[in-house]
Amino acid sequence: MEKKNLKAWLYLLPAILFLGIFMVYPLIDVFIYSFEEGFNSSSQTYSGIGIYNYSYILRDPYFLQALKNTFILVMITVPVSTGLALLISVGLSSIKWLKNLFQTVYFLPYVTNTLAVGLVFMILFKPTAYSDGLINLILGFFGMSPVDFIDGPYWAKMLVLCIYTVWVVMPFKILILTSALASVNRNYYDAARVDGTSKGRIFRKITLPMISPMLFYLVITGFIGAFKAYSDAVALFGTELNAAEMNTIVGYVYDMLYGEGGGFPSYASAAAIVLFAIVLTITVINLLISRRHVHY
Amino acid sequence: MKENKIKKAPGIGKIITYILLAVWAIIVLFPFYWMILTSVKSYASYNAEYFPKFFTLSPTFENYKEAFTAVPLGQYFLNTVIFTVATTAIMLIVIIPAAFAFSRLEFKGKNLVFTLFLALMMIPNELVVITNFTTITNLDLRNSFIGLILPSVTSVFYIYLLKENFSQIPDELYYAAKVDGTSDFKYLMRVMIPICRPTLVTVTILKVIECWNSYVWPRLITDDPAYFLVSNGIQEIRENGFGRENIPAMMAAVVVISLPLIVLFLIFRNKIMAGVARGGTKG
Repeated sequence: MEKKNLKAWLYLLPAILFLGIFMVYPLIDVFIYSFEEGFNSSSQTYSGIGIYNYSYILRDPYFLQALKNTFILVMITVPVSTGLALLISVGLSSIKWLKNLFQTVYFLPYVTNTLAVGLVFMILFKPTAYSDGLINLILGFFGMSPVDFIDGPYWAKMLVLCIYTVWVVMPFKILILTSALASVNRNYYDAARVDGTSKGRIFRKITLPMISPMLFYLVITGFIGAFKAYSDAVALFGTELNAAEMNTIVGYVYDMLYGEGGGFPSYASAAAIVLFAIVLTITVINLLISRRHVHY
Repeated sequence: MKENKIKKAPGIGKIITYILLAVWAIIVLFPFYWMILTSVKSYASYNAEYFPKFFTLSPTFENYKEAFTAVPLGQYFLNTVIFTVATTAIMLIVIIPAAFAFSRLEFKGKNLVFTLFLALMMIPNELVVITNFTTITNLDLRNSFIGLILPSVTSVFYIYLLKENFSQIPDELYYAAKVDGTSDFKYLMRVMIPICRPTLVTVTILKVIECWNSYVWPRLITDDPAYFLVSNGIQEIRENGFGRENIPAMMAAVVVISLPLIVLFLIFRNKIMAGVARGGTKG
C-alpha cells in the first residue's frame, strides 16, 4: 500500500507543483501584500502592517471611477444580454429551417479575439477623415446629431462598451439557453396544449420554471464575468483607460501593478481583494434569492 | 372566420421569429463583414470616403502585404502559435496524470486533496496574477516563453472534467488489465486515453481558444515586441503601428489574427459548442 501511495502522489506531483507555485502561494501572498504599508518594489521592504492600502484606493478617484464604470457595465449588460439571449433562444428553438446556420453564426463571437474584433467596433463608431463613421451615419438617418463614441462624452463611450460587451457574451448565453430549452420534456407542452393553455401562459408556467436553473447559472456567471471586464474596454479605448474615464476594477489592478502609473503591488492587491469581495457578495446574494425562486 | 385566424396566427409568429433571428445574425456578422471589406479597401479610398461604402469594386491585397511588412505581424503570429502549442501540450502532460490519480488510484488523503483542488476553481485569476507577476519578474523570466507559459499550464477545471470522464470507464477493464500484468501507466496510455479521446479533444480545443486570445498575462510579462502575442501585437499596432492611422492595414491584421480560430471553429463546430456548453466561460 505504501508503494501505491507514493505512486499516486507522483502522478499528482506536476499539478500540485504548478498549483502550489502559481495559485496557492499567490493567493496567500496577495492578502499579505494588501496589508503591507508603504511597500517598496525595488528594496522589497515595507514600513508597517495595516489597512492603509485599502483606504488609499477607496479615496483614489481613479479607483472610484473604475468602480462606478464596472457597476454600470454590470447592471446594464447582465440583464440586457440575458434577456436578449432568452428571446433569441426561444426563437431558435421554435424553428427548424436554417436553425443550424443561425446557431453557427451566433456562436462566432465566442471564437474571436476580443482585442482584434474590438478594433472593428471602434472603427464602426469612430469618425473617419471625412465622415462621422458608419454608426453616426445610420443615426443621422433617424435625425440624430453625430456623437463621438470613442473620444466623446461619457455616456456615449459607456454605451459602446456595453454594446460590445453584450455582443461578446451572447454566444455563451444563447448556447446554454438553447440546450436548456431543448431539454424541457415535450410532454408538459403537449399536456398544456390539450388543456388549451395560451402560449404566453405556457412560457411563464412551464418553460421559465423548467429552465430557471440554467437562467440562474447564466446570471451568476454573467455577474462574475462582467465584474471582471477589462479587455473589451482596452480593445475600444486603448490601454490608457484612466485618461479615457473608462477603466474597470480589473484594469485598475493591472495599471497599479504595471505600466505608466504602475509599481504598486500593494494597491493592486487591495483592489483585487475588493473585487473578490464584491463578486463573492453578489454570488451569495444570488444564491440566497435563488433558494426561493429557482425550481430545481 | 375564427378558424382562419388560428391557422394564420402561427404563420405570422414564424415570420416575426425569422426576422428577429435574422436581425441578430446580421448584428453578429456585420463586424466581420466590415473588417474584411475595410481590409481590402485601399488607404486612399478609405480615407476619401464621405460616405462609407458597403462594398468595393477594386479590392486590393496591399494592406495584407503592409500588415506583414510594416509591423512584425508574422512574428506575433509565430509567437502565439508557439505559446499556444506549448501551453496546451504541457497542460495535457500535467492534467492527465492528475486526473488519472484522482479517478483510478487509491491513496491517503485523496478526498482532501480533491476537495482542495475543487476549492481552487473558485479563485479568480485576477487575485493571483499580482504575485505571479512578481514571481516571474524575480526569476528574471520576463520576455521569455517560459515566463509566458508556466502560470497557464494547469487548469483545475479540466482536471475535474477529465477525472469525471475517466471515472466512467468500468472497473472491470482495469482489473482485467491488472490480471494481464499491465502497469498502471500502460493502462492509462493504452486504455484510458483512447477511450476518453473526445473529452481530451474538447479540453485541447478550449485551451487553444483561451491561449490564442490571452491578453492580460502576456501584456504584463512582455514589453519586448519580439515576444508579443497577437492580442498584444494588435494593441501595439493600434497604438504605434503603420506610422499613421492606417485603418485598412489594421483591419487586414485583424482578419489575419481572427482567421485561425474561425477556421478551427468551422471544422470542429459541434465539438467546440458541446465543449463550451460543458465547460466554457467568457459569458
